[in-house]
Amino acid sequence: MNKISAGIIVFCLFIGLIILNKDKVKEKSPDKVILWHWLTDRDKVLQELARKYKEQTGVDVVVELYAPADSYVRKVTAAAQAKMLPDIYGNVDTKETFANYIRSGQVADLTSYFQADNQAWEASLFPKALEGNRFYEDNIYGVKPGIYGVPIDVTNMQLLYNKKLLAKAGFQNPPKDFAEFIGMLKALKRIGIPGFVSGWGELWLVDCFSSNYAFNIMGEAKVMATLKGDVPYTDPDWVKVFMVFKEMKDSGGLAEGIITKPNKYAEQDFALERAAFAFNGSWCVNVYYKMNPRLSYGVMLPPPVNDKFPMMIWGNGGSSFSVNYRSKVKERAVDFLKWMTAKEQQALLAKETMNLPSNREAVADIPSVLSDFTMAMDATTHPTVWKYNENPIVVERFYKGVQSIILGDKTPETVAQEVQEEKQKQIEREKRINNRKNRAK
Amino acid sequence: MTDSFPKKLVFKDSLKNFLFAFPAIAIFCIFYIVPFIEVFRLSLMEWNGTFPPPEFIGADNFIEQAQDKLWWGSMVNAGFITIIALTFQNILAFALALACDREIKARRFYRVVFFIPPVLSEIVVGIIWQWILYSGMQGGEHIGLLNYLLAKTGLPHLVHNWLSDPKTALACISIVHCWKGFGWGFVLFLAGLQTIDKQLYEAAKVDGAGGWNVFRHITVPMMAPIIVVVMILTVLGSMQIFIVMIAMVGQGGLADYTSVPVLQILFSMNGAKRFGYACSQSIIFGLILICVSAFFKIISNRVKQA
Repeated sequence: MNKISAGIIVFCLFIGLIILNKDKVKEKSPDKVILWHWLTDRDKVLQELARKYKEQTGVDVVVELYAPADSYVRKVTAAAQAKMLPDIYGNVDTKETFANYIRSGQVADLTSYFQADNQAWEASLFPKALEGNRFYEDNIYGVKPGIYGVPIDVTNMQLLYNKKLLAKAGFQNPPKDFAEFIGMLKALKRIGIPGFVSGWGELWLVDCFSSNYAFNIMGEAKVMATLKGDVPYTDPDWVKVFMVFKEMKDSGGLAEGIITKPNKYAEQDFALERAAFAFNGSWCVNVYYKMNPRLSYGVMLPPPVNDKFPMMIWGNGGSSFSVNYRSKVKERAVDFLKWMTAKEQQALLAKETMNLPSNREAVADIPSVLSDFTMAMDATTHPTVWKYNENPIVVERFYKGVQSIILGDKTPETVAQEVQEEKQKQIEREKRINNRKNRAK
Repeated sequence: MTDSFPKKLVFKDSLKNFLFAFPAIAIFCIFYIVPFIEVFRLSLMEWNGTFPPPEFIGADNFIEQAQDKLWWGSMVNAGFITIIALTFQNILAFALALACDREIKARRFYRVVFFIPPVLSEIVVGIIWQWILYSGMQGGEHIGLLNYLLAKTGLPHLVHNWLSDPKTALACISIVHCWKGFGWGFVLFLAGLQTIDKQLYEAAKVDGAGGWNVFRHITVPMMAPIIVVVMILTVLGSMQIFIVMIAMVGQGGLADYTSVPVLQILFSMNGAKRFGYACSQSIIFGLILICVSAFFKIISNRVKQA
């Protein structure tokens, strides 16, 4: 019986420890503001800002890094499912998922804070920076109109060219249009210089590049009509978008292994002058500087295929943070984000990380190399501000199709057909779900 | 009295045993049974992971999965890697274990060396091999070690785009997977070989048996249970490969040529936001692995009986 008693006592102690620890976790420093992010390159400066903030206000902000972005998304998703999100968290997922978080009551509406004092906070930021976090009246997601996130910087994606390598191939200026670009890739190939590199081992970079050309070839209205399901991917204009990749492949100007190359390796290739052109985001200024401070390069919009429609590039609020609606320190969390987007902090962020600040007043203090990137801010767009978004399964098929074109396995027409078949499949699936919902109602 | 005493004792003993086993049972239920039931429940739902809440759709996810060519394509890819691992990896592990079981010089050193790859992180192994198989160039020189060596040793015609060519990518990944995993088999085989009574070998030699006959009639039958365990572990490890894959060809993979089931499940959950479908994929995948393991177990029992 003594053994039984000992067993019971040990078990009770075990359960007791779990319960005590649970309470401890629950009551963990109610004054502290917990912030989760995935920005490896900005972690040091965010920690520094949190330290400064404590010095100035006495409020403790705990900055916790979870990287890479994929792991971060999984952590945030799991926390959202368990309703255990921190006070502040970085938004890294699609607009639809963001909207789902809002609809499930996990994101605080910050509109009143932005509009206080005659919209002082809102007016201090670039309008484009707020677009990704803003939901307008009658948005397709069914979210109450408002602003649900705070951008700490802005980004955009452009084409970069190595001035020295272009000069070697006899070019003094970057290409004006796509035909000239292809000509340059061929010329570079002839003298043994890889022409173009990008992290096309990552789906989103191909998605971004193809979306740029889709806007240029057919215009925004037709792109949106495709996403809505009114225009098929087999439309000649979409085949032209796939042709962009085929022409680049046929020019011989794509870097070896581009379709499995992660962006960090592509960045390395461009920084170490292993490729003349790169497609990358404005954060690359920091990355290239660290790898090769003497790299001489320029920034340009991807060369257009035609001049019927403007070339639109991806860009807006680069890294945004939301406040947990359920947070017990919501006001403190908002105060910290407001402080972080003030001019001084933004200037520090821009200086330390070489990212474009979201506060327009801080632009004067940014390194000169970034100014070229800011000039294209008016030409930016992003899936988070589009009225319609493509089904991720169709996006995946599109990506795999582009890979097949580059591999030489499939023609643009075949890929267009396959993408359309997947689109049709997903439309029918959505219809089935909606019908089921209607029947249930 | 004589009847009631043992009954009371049995009850006491049962209670005592149950109490001692209870924490383990509770932990098993909380961390295994409940999640499994939850995964099965979600496999019958349409759910994006957040909002709106899960909606019951019956067996739709399973029906869709049965028709999903990409899913079955990924199973074929994983099957290819598994076959390579079952043959190449396990033969290598067995041969090295046989060598290290003999009185050879520095055998302890070899044992340590052969066990280094399994203790390395998969992501590190993937990145190292990605560099070895890299196909880029700078200043007219190959950056990847293999291509560099091929070019320098008079074999430039063998220089290849190893990880971006559908013909070689999956084979390269399989070889790296084998390199990473053979150490486990080696350790198990070596442990098994050391349990075989040396008198059996001596008796066979006295009877005039040659090396091949000793191997065939003593070593292999005695090692059969270990071989089955290693095969089951190889199948489970190889079918579930994905970290090396991500490290070597990225999460996007090489079109559909390097897609494997775990990556498909990850995409369904994180990319497509179809948690229900991801759960149904997990269940089918789990069932397939259980069937394969059971198949090897049956074979093992037959070998034992024989």
